[in-house]
Amino acid sequence: MTAIVNIFLKQGVLDPQGKAIHHALDAMNFEGVEDVRMGKQIVLKLSTNNKEEAQKEVEKMAEEILANTVIEDYTIELI
Amino acid sequence: MKHVAILQFPGTNCDLDTKYAFEKLGCTTSIVWHKERELPSNADLVVVPGGFSYGDYLRSGAIAKFSPIMSAVEEFANNGGKVLGICNGFQILTEVGLLPGALKRNIGLHFISKFQTMKVVNNTNDFLQKCDKDEVLNIPIAHADGNYYIDEESFKELESNEQILLRYSNEKGEPVVVNGSVTSIAGVCNKNKNVFGLMPHPERALETILGSTDGIKMLEGLIA
Repeated sequence: MTAIVNIFLKQGVLDPQGKAIHHALDAMNFEGVEDVRMGKQIVLKLSTNNKEEAQKEVEKMAEEILANTVIEDYTIELI
Repeated sequence: MKHVAILQFPGTNCDLDTKYAFEKLGCTTSIVWHKERELPSNADLVVVPGGFSYGDYLRSGAIAKFSPIMSAVEEFANNGGKVLGICNGFQILTEVGLLPGALKRNIGLHFISKFQTMKVVNNTNDFLQKCDKDEVLNIPIAHADGNYYIDEESFKELESNEQILLRYSNEKGEPVVVNGSVTSIAGVCNKNKNVFGLMPHPERALETILGSTDGIKMLEGLIA
């Protein structure tokens, strides 16, 4: 089973990298971009095929190390 | 004579500057490798120095948090021991949760390396006891992730407990935006005022020939 963890700065926490990308897109005349958020994706290959178990374990990983929950939110996708 | 334990992670690069600084101020020092599980029993102060522990991978300080020595540092701090985190050390202490808030990428995305003036916000703590309130100090900064963030509620607490140590300022002491930090914060301490963290490098400001001696009174406060 593969777990995909997406980590983004929380809404309301200014994202300097997202903002810089937004500025660059504006400068290149790409129109209609209202907001850019930059995050990171961590892909974990797990030995288990039990979805519930995987969800629990990856949540623990995200809380303890993968994300800094003071400033970041995360989502977990299992496939 | 006070003894200062200086941590060393893979990627730490200010350990020897820090050692030099505290020895110049009359302390004995030891460099403690991150794989150690215990601090020297005679340590009066633990310093988590600057650098790029684990290459700043994942987030600055995120991986160092799980080094074996960090449990000993947490225990030392929870028993009232004095801990100072400089630059990457500050990032590590916020990751561990010994200090509130977090450090994000600088607002301009650049690595900033220069002398910077800053104002002493509170001196009701060991670290800044030898500085005057509102005094403007000149100390080098060198970081890419120094943009201090804290949520509004915790910020209020920080302010009312006098936990804000320093704010980036101009020479008159008026706050300036350097890296995007909430209200230009450059350093904070914990509620009990025994754990300190700052992005500027006081250990690099000890000699006139290197541009400033303002770091001396900061470091001296911790070993008084």
